[in-house]
Amino acid sequence: MARKLTGLDIYKLLPRTNCGDCGFSTCMAFAMQVAAKRVALDKCPHVSEEAAAALGEAQAPPMRTVTIGTGDRTWTVGGETVLFRHEEKFHRPCAVAVRVPDDLPVEELAARVREIGELRFVRIGQEIGVNLVALEHRGGDLRRAAEVARENTDLPLMLMCEDPDLMGKAVELCGDGRPLLYPATPENYAAMADLAREHSCPLGVRARGAEGLAELTPKLRERGVEDLVLDPAPDGFLPTLTELIRIRRLALKKVFRPLGYPTMAFVAGDDPFDLAAQGAAYICKYASAVVLPLARPEFVLPLLTVRQNIYTDPQVPLAIEAKVYEVGNPGPDAPVLVTTNFALTYFTVEGEVERSKVPAYIAVIDTGGLGVLNAYADDRLTAEVIVKSLREYGIMDRVSHNKIIIPGLVAVLKMEIQEESGWEVIVGPEDAAGIPAFLRNEWKPD
Amino acid sequence: MPIEIPDVRESFSQAIYTVTLGATRDGGGTRTKVVTVGGEKALPFHHFEGEIPHPPVVAMEVWDVPPEDWPDPVRMPFADVMGSLGEWARKCVEEHGADLICLRLVGCDPNGEDRSPEEAAAAVKEVLTSVGVPLIVWGCGNPEKDNEVFPVVGEAAAGENCLLGTITQDNYKTLVAVATAYKHKLIAESPVDINIAKQVNILAMDAGYPLEDLVIYPSTGALGYGIEYVYSIMERARLAGLGGDKLMAQPILCDIGREVWGVKEARAPREEQPEWGDAELRGPLWEATTAYMYLLAGADILVMRHPEAVRAAKRAIRMLMGEEQ
Repeated sequence: MARKLTGLDIYKLLPRTNCGDCGFSTCMAFAMQVAAKRVALDKCPHVSEEAAAALGEAQAPPMRTVTIGTGDRTWTVGGETVLFRHEEKFHRPCAVAVRVPDDLPVEELAARVREIGELRFVRIGQEIGVNLVALEHRGGDLRRAAEVARENTDLPLMLMCEDPDLMGKAVELCGDGRPLLYPATPENYAAMADLAREHSCPLGVRARGAEGLAELTPKLRERGVEDLVLDPAPDGFLPTLTELIRIRRLALKKVFRPLGYPTMAFVAGDDPFDLAAQGAAYICKYASAVVLPLARPEFVLPLLTVRQNIYTDPQVPLAIEAKVYEVGNPGPDAPVLVTTNFALTYFTVEGEVERSKVPAYIAVIDTGGLGVLNAYADDRLTAEVIVKSLREYGIMDRVSHNKIIIPGLVAVLKMEIQEESGWEVIVGPEDAAGIPAFLRNEWKPD
Repeated sequence: MPIEIPDVRESFSQAIYTVTLGATRDGGGTRTKVVTVGGEKALPFHHFEGEIPHPPVVAMEVWDVPPEDWPDPVRMPFADVMGSLGEWARKCVEEHGADLICLRLVGCDPNGEDRSPEEAAAAVKEVLTSVGVPLIVWGCGNPEKDNEVFPVVGEAAAGENCLLGTITQDNYKTLVAVATAYKHKLIAESPVDINIAKQVNILAMDAGYPLEDLVIYPSTGALGYGIEYVYSIMERARLAGLGGDKLMAQPILCDIGREVWGVKEARAPREEQPEWGDAELRGPLWEATTAYMYLLAGADILVMRHPEAVRAAKRAIRMLMGEEQ
């Protein structure tokens, strides 16, 4: 939370003339109303620009929100408000970037960029993917690389180059796409800040640890650049993690303005497991952007999943939408399995149905997010509820048979459902792990 | 002029309980080494603000009956030893560096082979004589059967200071009595619910079992399958424990292999999911990445399966403890 200004704090910023032009009899009365957010500060025609700026500053959120890119693939990071997701939630999923060196032959570079753009997966009905292509100057032609990248992906770019002249040439070409420019360092910050300001681009800042960054960011702000992403850059996994934790705490717990920005971290090394360890840790502990050196799907998918999980809103109950889900293009002769809308139950059932390779419908009953046994005990999974839900879904009109499969744990409901609906009720396995064998060996539509 | 940075170190009022597993000859057992977990005075790997005296450890899983549902990528590394419990355990320790062996008594399940308590005790003995590391013994999960098996198993392993599990809010009395009589530690299980986690600990305490001899098992979800719920419960429990709540100050165990190797990201053969990349690496990476998240949330004991994932988790632990770069 931003530090809340008191009426007295605001009063001190006012002219204190009690002129009444704001409609209140005294400046103090006006200040109290502003503090309560009932009146805007600009109702006072005499408030100085400095005071207005100071007030805006104090009311700004403790961590800035930064947008990278333009158009459909725009990615916004930062603006986080808590250290632990259970306190509220993590708001803006961190950007996942994959780096590509600019000295690759054009065709290979184009292929790499396309490959990164295609790293998209659907999990729990959500598309997840890589967000940024990080073009790294390694002695090639960064401007040309940016040109090739833009031809081959609609993902926003991150441009990595310490030389402001070379960076300038690339930004001239692609600055309208709001790439993330990286890095502004204690050595090059003036020129980098000018580029970022002229082209309205976000700027990655690299300095040694929280201390180094805290010295650099005020200088960048003085040069008119506010959209910063901080890279604390210490060598190694544990030091990086430590700095990410410190910066997050400084930003949120201390409202320490010089570090009130999203952070970024680079994943480095050769072993994919080492890389995954860093990536997972940085995503869990506070990086707003992680830069990966590899685009292999078996390595990227788990990290995208870590991000998806960590940024899930913990206040939303463990429930999924109650409706009919289709697994593997089911046709009219596909089985209909009944389960509850407890997310973990559903995912387990879905996973086992997929494993069975038998296309199927999963009819999910709204049990308020309870699993099978709890829902049964709580009268939320009754014969009546099941029949009513399945009728509402119209699922039995979509199949050519009249059979439904109920969880083995509620086998006791079989007769009642049959009597109430006229459907044939088959009792499935008690444990979802038994589903593949059950569907393969025992399911027959006729 | 350098900017002054505010101090953000937190100090907590209580350390997590220290739990030692296994006993050497001096301690009344036959283990060649013991394993100690817990004792943290800070959040996971927050070395800058408090001591983390014991690194998390990795237990590898062996079964009393050869598993049928382990998919090939995780079965193949053990295919030559799965018929012999002792050799299987030895391979885990000697080749793959398991800190502990987790023996799962799946064969006792009445819906499976329905093995007798004596057969279970023989399995425990076989592992104990085959390896020198401490043992976790995990029941088949059928409460009535576990209550028949554990008195025999607990006695057979008397003095070995095993970690037995699990007790739940509905079934704890027998195991508490067994662990008290034969000096074992206990795993307290709860279904992704912090209040029930506390409740199980209270029940064990009221039954006369020391809070400092429990390990919390808050249930485990695989990456992509509910891990975030467990992750947050672990963070909440750890914050409460460090903050002075004695009912939440126990080390935490995560049963990772069992969950991960049931999900399609780990199991699916290459031809089913070509877009998911290298099928050989995919499962181990899924297991390892699940482990990484739990380490960050405060796990002290990881129960795992695949040798590559075990190697990776142990390496991550050394890096996070600052022992390796």
